[in-house]
Amino acid sequence: MKVLAARLGQAVMVAVLIGTATFVMMRSLPGDAAWRIAAGRYGYDNVDAASAAAVREELGLDGPALPALLQWLGDLVRLDFGKSLVTGQPVTAELAHQLGASAALALVAVVMSLVIGPPLGILAGLRPGGLLDRALLVVSTGLKAVPQFLMALVLIVILAVQFRLLPAAGHGEARHFILPALALATGLAAVNARIARDAMARIADMQFWRFAQWKGLSERQTLTRHGLRNVAVPLVTYLGLQFVTLVEGVIVVEAVFGWPGIGHALVHAIFSRDVPMVQGTALVLGLGFVLVNAGIDLAVRRLDPRAAA
Amino acid sequence: MRHHLSLAAATLLAAAVPALADDTLDVVAPFEVQGAEPSTTGYIFTRMSIAETLVNADAEGQLTPGLATEWQASEDGLTWTFTLREGVVFHDGTEMTPDTVVNALEIARAKPGALQELPIDGIAAADGAVTVTLTEPLAALPAFMAEARSQILAPAAYAPDGTGTEVIGTGPYRLTSLQPPLSVKATAFADYWGAAPHIPNVSYSGVSRAETRALMAESGEVEYVFGLDPASVSRLNMLDNVEVLSVAIPRTLLIKVNAGHPFLSEPDARRALSLAIDRAGIATAVLRFPEGATQLFPPSVAGWHDAGIAPLEHDVEQAKSLLAGLGWTPGDDGILTRDGERFALTLTTFSSRAELPLVSAVLERQFREIGVELAINVTNASAIPAGHQDGSLELGLLTRNFALIPDPIGTVMADYVGNGDWGAMNWQNDEIGTLVRGLARGEGGDAERARVSAILQEDLPIIPIAWYQQTLAVSERVAGTDIDPYERTFGLEKIRWAE
Repeated sequence: MKVLAARLGQAVMVAVLIGTATFVMMRSLPGDAAWRIAAGRYGYDNVDAASAAAVREELGLDGPALPALLQWLGDLVRLDFGKSLVTGQPVTAELAHQLGASAALALVAVVMSLVIGPPLGILAGLRPGGLLDRALLVVSTGLKAVPQFLMALVLIVILAVQFRLLPAAGHGEARHFILPALALATGLAAVNARIARDAMARIADMQFWRFAQWKGLSERQTLTRHGLRNVAVPLVTYLGLQFVTLVEGVIVVEAVFGWPGIGHALVHAIFSRDVPMVQGTALVLGLGFVLVNAGIDLAVRRLDPRAAA
Repeated sequence: MRHHLSLAAATLLAAAVPALADDTLDVVAPFEVQGAEPSTTGYIFTRMSIAETLVNADAEGQLTPGLATEWQASEDGLTWTFTLREGVVFHDGTEMTPDTVVNALEIARAKPGALQELPIDGIAAADGAVTVTLTEPLAALPAFMAEARSQILAPAAYAPDGTGTEVIGTGPYRLTSLQPPLSVKATAFADYWGAAPHIPNVSYSGVSRAETRALMAESGEVEYVFGLDPASVSRLNMLDNVEVLSVAIPRTLLIKVNAGHPFLSEPDARRALSLAIDRAGIATAVLRFPEGATQLFPPSVAGWHDAGIAPLEHDVEQAKSLLAGLGWTPGDDGILTRDGERFALTLTTFSSRAELPLVSAVLERQFREIGVELAINVTNASAIPAGHQDGSLELGLLTRNFALIPDPIGTVMADYVGNGDWGAMNWQNDEIGTLVRGLARGEGGDAERARVSAILQEDLPIIPIAWYQQTLAVSERVAGTDIDPYERTFGLEKIRWAE
C-alpha cells in the first residue's frame, strides 16, 4: 500500500513537472508557432501567410503564456488533455489510438526478448566459461552494439526482401508485428541474456545450490525449484530500466516501419508545434514510466520475500 | 528451452506464410492522413478516387469533365456556369444536387486555400447547374475547381461549423476505414456514375521514410509505391518483379531570392549566382534526373515553357566578372568583400523533402567557388513564407508545383504579381503585372506567356535549378497503371490484376 501511495505521489509530481517543462520548451523554441502549425496542417505546398493567419486567429496563439499553462493544468485535473492544434481531434482520442499501437508493439517486443534472452543466459550461466557462454558474450555484445535503426533495415532486407517471409513495413495485421518487434527485441534480449547469465552464474556458485544437488536433485530440478526465482529478481528489476531503451527504440523503429505509434506522433507534434499533443504524449510516457516501475516494485516484492520484509 | 525456441520459430513461420497474395490493391505514399477534413487531407481522398471534383485534368493539363459535364463563362466573363452531371450519387446514397455542390464549395471557400483568394462574389444553385459570379473576370476559374480542396462531399460530411467529419464522396471507391495518421481503406462503390473499378478493395498507408517505401516495393508486399528516393530508383530498376514509372511533373526546384537585400538587388548579382550553379551536375548526380532546368517552367507546363529562350548556363568565370563589375573584390579567404562587407548569405531550406538539404550542401560549395559564402539553415517549411513576410529571408531553397491548380496562372499570379509567400520577394515588374492580369482575365495567349517567361529569365527574381521527375514503383501483379504528372490521382480505378 505504502509503495503504491508513494508511486501515486510521484505520478502527480511527474505530471506537473512534465507538463510545465514541455510547455516551457515548446514556447521557447524559435519560430512562430502559427506558421509551424499551418505547415503541419496544410503541407509545404500550401502553407502561406493566409493559412498561418487563419490558424493564429482560430487558436488564439497570441495570448500570454502563464494563463495558457494554468488552463492546461486545470484541464488536466479534469482529465481533459485538450485538442490537437493540427488535426483538431481530442488529444486523448489520438493518444488512445497511437499509444495502443506502441504499447502492443512494445509488449510483443518484451515478450520476444524474454523468450530469446533469459533461457540462453541461464544455459550459459550454468556452465560459465563454456562454449555457449563465450559465444553468447560475443553475440549479445554485437547485437547490443547494432543501432536499432540498422537492425530494422537489416531485418527488412533479409526477411522481407530476400526471403519474402514477412511484410517489409505496414500496420494492421499480426504479421506486421514480427519485424519491428524483433528489431526492438534483439537489443533487449542481448541485455536480458547477460543479466540472466550473470545471475545464474552467481547463484550456481552459492552453497545452497551445491547443497541442493548434494541432496540428490537433478540440475533441472535445482533450476526450477531454486534457480529461476532467484534469477528472476534482477531480471525483472532490469525490465524497468529497459523501458527507457524501449521508448527510444520505439521512436526509431516506428519511423522505419511506418508504425502509427506514439513515437511517430511525438516527432510530428514537435515539428508542427502541436503543444497539447506534445504535453499529452510526454505525460503519458512519463506516467507510463511510473506505472511500470510501480508494477515492477510489486512483482519484485512477490518474487523476493526479503524485499517485502 | 528448446521447446520455447521451436515454438517461437513456428509462430514466426505460421504468421509469415499468408504474407503475400490478397485481393486488396495496396498503395503506399509519404502523405499523412490527418482526418476527414478536406482542406488538410482532401488530396489523399481525391488521389484514392474516393472524392471527386467538378473538373478534372488529363496528362497534358487540359481540363476534362468531372462532376460537371461542361462549363461556360458569360459574355462579360463575370458569371461561370457549371452544368452538373446527372445521376451522381454520394456514398451515403443521397443524390448530388446543385444545392449540395454549392454547400461543398462554400465550405471550401471559407477555409484557407486557393478558392478563398479568388474574386468570387457568390456561388448559387441553378437548374441542374451551379453558377459562380465574380467581381472581375477569371479565365482560369474551372482549373481551380479541379483542385483537391474544391472536392464535392455530401452535406452530411460536414459538421455545422463546416469542419469535415466524414468522407462522403462520389468516387468509384467508398471509404470503409479512416485511421489517422497512416491508414485509409476503401471498397468499390456499387452506384458509381462511371465505369466500375477493376479491383474491388484498395488501401492506403502513409510511410514517411523513402527507404522503407522502396523496400516495401522490393519485397512485393504492396502494389503501388508513390515517391522513391534517387538511390532506390536505380536499385528497383534492376528488379524483375517491380516496374519503375517516371514522368516529368510541373514542379521546379529553385532558389527564392530576396531582391531587396543589398547584395542581391542588382540583377547582375542574381545572374552571377545563377551562373555559379552546375545544374546538370546537381540534376544527374544528386537528384538522378536526366537534366537540369534551363528556365523556370518545365516543358510540361504547356504555353509557359518557351523552347526558344536562351537557356540558363553554368559559367564560373563569367559569374566572377559580373560580381567584379559590381565592385566585389576577393578577400584573403577567397570570399568577396565590398565596402568592408563580406558576401555572406543564409540559405533557408527544409527537410520535409529529402533532396533539399542535399542540394543546399552542393550549392554551398558551388557558391564558394565564385566567392560567395553560404550558411545553410535547414528548418521547417514554414520558415520560408514566414521569412518572406517579416523580410528576414535572404535565400530560400524550395520546390514549387505550378499545377496544384492545373492552370499555372494561379501560381504565377500569386508568386510574381502579388506578394506570394513562395515566389518573388521585394521584386516588382509592371510589365509582368499587366501581362499576367490580362492572361488571368482570358486576354492574350502563348506569346504573352512566353514574354512572362523571358522577363523572369532575364531578371531572375528566383533562380531555377531543376525540373522534377515523379517516380513510382508498381508490382508486376498489376497492369494499367498511369502516372499523373499533375499529381491529382493515383488512377486506381483503371488498375487491374495482371493476367
